[in-house]
Order: sequence, then C-alpha cells, then structure tokens
Amino acid sequence: MSFPWANEYKPSHPFMQWMDDRLPLPRLVFNSVGAGYPVPRNLNYFWNFGFLAALCLIVQIVTGIVMAMHYAANTAVAFDTIEMTVRDVNWGWMMRYAHANGASMFFIVIYVHIFRGFYYGSYKAPREMVWLLGVVIFLLMMATAFMGYVLPWGQMSFWGAKVITGLFGAIPFVGEPLQQWLLGGFAPDNAALNRFFSLHYLLPFVILGVVILHIWALHIPGSSNPTGVEVKAESDTVPFYPYYVAKDGWFIGVFAIVFSLMLFYFPNSLGHPDNYIPANPMSTPAHIVPEWYFWPFYAILRAFTQDFFFIPAKLMGVLAMFGAILVWFFLPWLDKSPVRSGSYRPLYKKFFWFGLIPAMAVLFYCGGAAAAEPYVMISQLAALYYFAHFLIVLPIVSAIEKPLPLPYSITESVLGTDEAAQLAPSGSV
Amino acid sequence: MARILSILVGLFFTVALAWSFGLGFYTWATDPAAPTAEHEFHLHPKEVAFASDGAFGKFDKQQLQRGFQVYKEVCSACHSLNHVAFRDLAQLGYSEGQVKAIAAGFQVPGVDPTTGEANLRPGLPTDYFPKPFANDVAARAANNNAVPPDLSLMTKARHEGPAYVYSLLTGFQAQPAELLKKFPDSKTPNGLHYNPYFANLNLAMAPPLTGDGQVEYGPGNPKPTVDQMSKDVSAFLIWTAEPSLDKRKQTGLAVTLFLLFATVLGYMAYRNIWAGKKH
Repeated sequence: MSFPWANEYKPSHPFMQWMDDRLPLPRLVFNSVGAGYPVPRNLNYFWNFGFLAALCLIVQIVTGIVMAMHYAANTAVAFDTIEMTVRDVNWGWMMRYAHANGASMFFIVIYVHIFRGFYYGSYKAPREMVWLLGVVIFLLMMATAFMGYVLPWGQMSFWGAKVITGLFGAIPFVGEPLQQWLLGGFAPDNAALNRFFSLHYLLPFVILGVVILHIWALHIPGSSNPTGVEVKAESDTVPFYPYYVAKDGWFIGVFAIVFSLMLFYFPNSLGHPDNYIPANPMSTPAHIVPEWYFWPFYAILRAFTQDFFFIPAKLMGVLAMFGAILVWFFLPWLDKSPVRSGSYRPLYKKFFWFGLIPAMAVLFYCGGAAAAEPYVMISQLAALYYFAHFLIVLPIVSAIEKPLPLPYSITESVLGTDEAAQLAPSGSV
Repeated sequence: MARILSILVGLFFTVALAWSFGLGFYTWATDPAAPTAEHEFHLHPKEVAFASDGAFGKFDKQQLQRGFQVYKEVCSACHSLNHVAFRDLAQLGYSEGQVKAIAAGFQVPGVDPTTGEANLRPGLPTDYFPKPFANDVAARAANNNAVPPDLSLMTKARHEGPAYVYSLLTGFQAQPAELLKKFPDSKTPNGLHYNPYFANLNLAMAPPLTGDGQVEYGPGNPKPTVDQMSKDVSAFLIWTAEPSLDKRKQTGLAVTLFLLFATVLGYMAYRNIWAGKKH
C-alpha cells in the first residue's frame, strides 16, 4: 500500500500502544495524512485543492446542520424560516451566508481540482479508480447543491426545480410518470420540498463516504505529480507531515481569506435576486437560471434547439447534459497516451489551453445569459468543441502525438540530476 | 475499436449541434428578432450613493428614521413589511419608549379576550408590521389587478436593489414621443404608469411621492424633496432587507485581519519547514 521507505508508526505513550493494539485509528491517520505517507516533493499549488475540497465539505456539513436546526421543510413557512434564521438567530445571518457561499467556494475548488486532473492526466493508470470515484463525488455534489437551492422556496428555487425535474419528462414513454413519481405530484410542491430536504441532509454523508473511498484509492499508488513520472526512490518524496501539512495549512489561510471576503462583503453577488422573492407558481421569472456552477451544463442543455432525426431537441439536450459529465468516466480509456502530464504533451497542451478551457469559459458565460441570440449560437459552437475534445480530439491526439522527453525521475526534474539515473540503462523510464 | 466507438459517439453529438447551430444561424441571419419597446427604452438604475455602501459603510440612522417615516406615511398604505417587527426599530436608534409608542400607533389583528372574536388591538413591540390587505384578492381589487409586493427584502430581490428602488420612485414620466412613433402599439394602457426603470416599462403603481414636503421631516433634517424622500426610503429598505449589514462588515474586518495574520504565520512556518528542501 505504501512505499518501503515510509515512516513506520511507533507509538511511544503506553496509552497509544494500548490503543494501537485494539483500534489502530491513530496508525491510520499517521499513514494517511501524517509522517507515514510519502508524497512527491514537487507538487505545485494545484495539488492543494484536494485538501481544500475536503475542508469545504466539512464547512458545508457543519453550517448545514445548524441551518437545519432552524429550517422547516414546508412550502407555507420554508421561506420565512430562513429569514427568521437570518434575522433572529444569533449569528444566523453568518451561518446562512457561509452555507450559501460555501457551496460556491466548494464548486470553485472542485473545478480547479478536476481541471488539474485533466491537465496532468491524473486519471491515468494506476489511478483510474481515484478518478471514477471523483466523478461520482461531483455528480453527488451537483444533486446535493441542486436540492439545497430548492429549500429556501424562493422564485428560482421553485422554477429551477420545475425545469430540472421537467428534464425527466423528456425520457420517452416513462418520462412523465417518472417525473410525477420523483416529485410526488404534478409540479414541485410540499411533497417534493420534503423529500429534497431529506435527501439534501442525506447526500453529504454519502459524499463523505465516497470521499473516504477516493482517498483510500489514492493511497494505493500514492499522489501523482506535475511531471507525471512515478515515484522511484526515497529522494523523490517527502513525508506528508510536516511538509504538506505546512503547505496545505498556510494555503487554507489564503482560501479562508477569499471565502471571508465573499461571505462578509459580497454575500449575495453569486446568488440570483429572484430567490429573495417567495415562490409563486403563478408567476414565471423572465429568465430561469440555475446557480453559476451549473451554467456550463445548462448551456449544453439549451444548445440543442433542433430535433435530430427522430430524437426531439429536448431529449437530445438532456442526453448531452448528462453525457457531458458521464464522458469523464471514460476518460482513462479515451486518452491512451502513456505520458500523463500535459507539460510533456505539446499537442495535448494546445488543445487544453486553446480548446477545452475557452470552450468551458464560453459555456459558463452563455449558461448564465438569457436564452437569446447570439448566446445560443456561441454556446452551440462551444458545446460542439466540448464533445469533440473528449470523444474525437483526445483519442486521435493520444495516437499521433510525439511527447517531449521525460525526466528520469522526480528528483532529476527538481535537482537537475539524479545519481540513480546514471546507473540506470539509457532510455529506461 | 474503443477509439472508433468514441469518435462515432462524438460525431453524433457534434453533428446534432452543428445542425442546431446551422438552422439557428440561418433564422438569425434571415429573420432577426424584432426589436421591442422594453429592449430599447428600459433604463439601467441611476447612480446613487448610500452611507452603507462600501467595505466600511455604515447605516446613517438619522436617514433610516426618515426613510421609516416615508414608509409609514406613504408606502405602508399598500405595501407590507412582513419580516420586520416593531422591536427591530430599536436598531434605528429609537428608545424603548419610542418603539412602544410607534407599535401602539398601528392596529394589529388580535383576539377579543372576552368573546374570542377576531378584533384589532394596538400593536406591541413584539408584533410584526400589519399587512395593508387581508389577502391577495383584496390587494388586487384595490390596485388595478396588481398585488403590491412585500418590501422587506425588496433591495435584495432586484438587481442593484437600492438604486432600483430610488430610480423607480423618481423615474415616473410621460411616455416619450419617440417610443410611440417607433412602437405605436406600446402605448401605456389605462391605469398603468410609464416608468423606464420598470422591466416592462408600465407599472400599476401610481407615482407615490409626487411633491416636495409630502412627508414633514423634523427639525435638523434635510428638505423633504421627492429626491431626498426617495433616497431615504431606499436606505430604509436596505436596512429592512439586511438588518445585520453593519455587524456583518465589522465582523468581516476582524475576521479578515485575523486570517491575514494567521496566514502570514502559516506561510513563515511553511518556508521554515521546507527550507533546504528543493521542490
């Protein structure tokens, strides 16, 4: 499970020895995020975002539990209970803003984490399971965030829920009954609000469980690194404690400063004003938009405006929206290049920086804009590239690309030389 | 094999998108969407400054009291303030006795202790502001079929809320001749009022603040012009929407300063630990 040079857990205090013989929990911590876990020495700051994501999950669970203490999942009072929390509960305004902006911070961190994975090929063997579990976490996060946004029962809560659950209605034959069964009615109402609350409380703990599997799977091969060259010797690594505890630790401070500036000075800037209007099923908002972190996928949903042969446009949009994330599951097998890191892949790097990133940025922008021209046409071109990137470009690029020469080891990439490299037969990697 | 399969799936989505794009582009190029009066004559809220703006901004309590007076004497005839209780008014600088007196000036729904019949009684500080209409039907009947919205959260429920409220109150005007020339069908319907700051340009609310001195401010306050009253009531509605604004910014300053300090210490510890370790 770990490298042979990993520090061994040696409890010195008699109580810790007693504990270690019965429930070796301290040993688990020591080997996971302590001195017993050797980590590549050359990680850059993009590798801090995994730790930050775990922190975000904890923040959401803690603030969410407090919010739930004051919330009532009933359409008649849900909106008012949130306002009551903000106005009359001690520090309630802070809990509410921390939870709402915490969700945004969580998604900012997770998008950086995912795109780190794209660039550095973190999904490649032997880390496929780490990647697959990560995509599962992302899907669960999206479901949780969507249901959480419904709970205040404002205008966007209601109409967002109506649009998103309406997507199930696009499924042929079973769509409509399925939609009614999921909602417990013909439109979002008390039954839907209650089950959304129940699931919104449940799913974060499911996420926590999958996060544990994600980290477990990560610890089998160990962390990847910016060169993509696997760890070969002790000189390639440093123990997680104290090195990465210190690095993650101070970077948490940077994250917390950004978070607190959002929370205390711009608490409503990422939310939609319409959600401060209580839900009204008789009055449709001018533009129904989800929260910002769904925008790229919402843009893909809306990009399909024409029926395609016998497939209705709406169904195409739904297929594409889910397909846009499901395609990530196949990434380890779509990108067959043996080189992991984008830094040593000249062609891939170009498609990443000048293709995927701009396409994603455009989809973000168009997903939040009104569904009018020219935004729809622009989003169609961006969505076209998005699918082409994963399904056409990656398989071809990985077949024809000539990667740059890799360093012999992490040590060599950091120090310029590696004594072990002199002894190794030339060309062996 | 996997490669061919993936390219086929990729082609399925990209061709469908190209098809949607092509037809959309053709429609856009040959049959562009007709311009609308809303699109051409709707105005962005005016620039207006409030004491509570900015990272160090704080409420001007004197202004909030004036704004409350405008709400009480003008707006409250039609607009509710559901989330605000009389006790909250202490935050505007009113004494306990003044809050009691203000509350007692409102009639709130109660129960007759002898008969159990519903009645009206003078308000207490624990009561919330009473609603001007018994229900939405009554509100519609009295207001040309429009329900006057609750104002508690108004400045957070619109883009650039405070400036929007101010612009709306000062933005009533005659419909421009240019608009009627360009869009002859867009004449403001009877009973509605033209206001370019309102999303669809025609508003059921009649201009509520029509003349200077409509509300009489006490001595030491600025002249109650329509502009001043609009500003004051907008400031009051910033407070009703976000009573914790002052505390939030103060807390933010303390938290951010602490975090800066802690982060610098953390950075120094990090540099110390990694000293001599090339990475």
